[in-house]
Amino acid sequence: MTARLQHRTGVLWIAALVHRLSGLALAIFLPVHFLTLGLAIGGEARLDSFLRWTDAPLVQLSEGGLLFFLLLHLLGGLRLLVLENLDWHDGQKQLATLAAAVSAVVAFIFLARAL
Amino acid sequence: MSLPLYLWQRLTAAVMAPLVLVHVAVIFYASRKGLSAGDILGRTRGSLMWASFYGAFVAAAALHAAIGVRNVLIEWSPLGEGRAGMFSTLFGLLLLVLGLRAVAAVVLP
Repeated sequence: MTARLQHRTGVLWIAALVHRLSGLALAIFLPVHFLTLGLAIGGEARLDSFLRWTDAPLVQLSEGGLLFFLLLHLLGGLRLLVLENLDWHDGQKQLATLAAAVSAVVAFIFLARAL
Repeated sequence: MSLPLYLWQRLTAAVMAPLVLVHVAVIFYASRKGLSAGDILGRTRGSLMWASFYGAFVAAAALHAAIGVRNVLIEWSPLGEGRAGMFSTLFGLLLLVLGLRAVAAVVLP
């Protein structure tokens, strides 16, 4: 790998990329989420039929993935806020890894309960 | 990124952090109980608390996402700052309108 791209193997660079990609995934998902909730305008029955559809395992898996992205983006963002606004602390790589690990654990708990 | 946009993005992030935690708790509660639309709407309709909570959440998310999308477009797409700004403003407005419509759908009695 050229020296110019060397930094792309670092944990913190990957953390920044993951933060951006999870944010993009959420930005794409949000309009669909809002449109779905807006179904309630058309009456309780319309929302209910959609909620029954979300009981399907594949949909639950996608929802688990979105929850994972949401937590990943939240924890990655908190890391940034702490980094920018508080005194510098060592262990940024561990914090970034911890953010991913906690997100994965919560998403798995959600899936285990939902499926 | 300009300083005002940078500050707005950080401010909305700080506002949303506790809101996201509450939202995740709500997701867990709703999925554990297997709530029907009637159960959900019974709890949310007419509630000023849920209207304020999700109204603020939608406003912060729309602004935060629009600024984020603008940054991504400027850095990763051939769009210049002007067009990226225009697209992200429209995207933010779309999120705001759809989001507030969704909040109205579940909280208005």
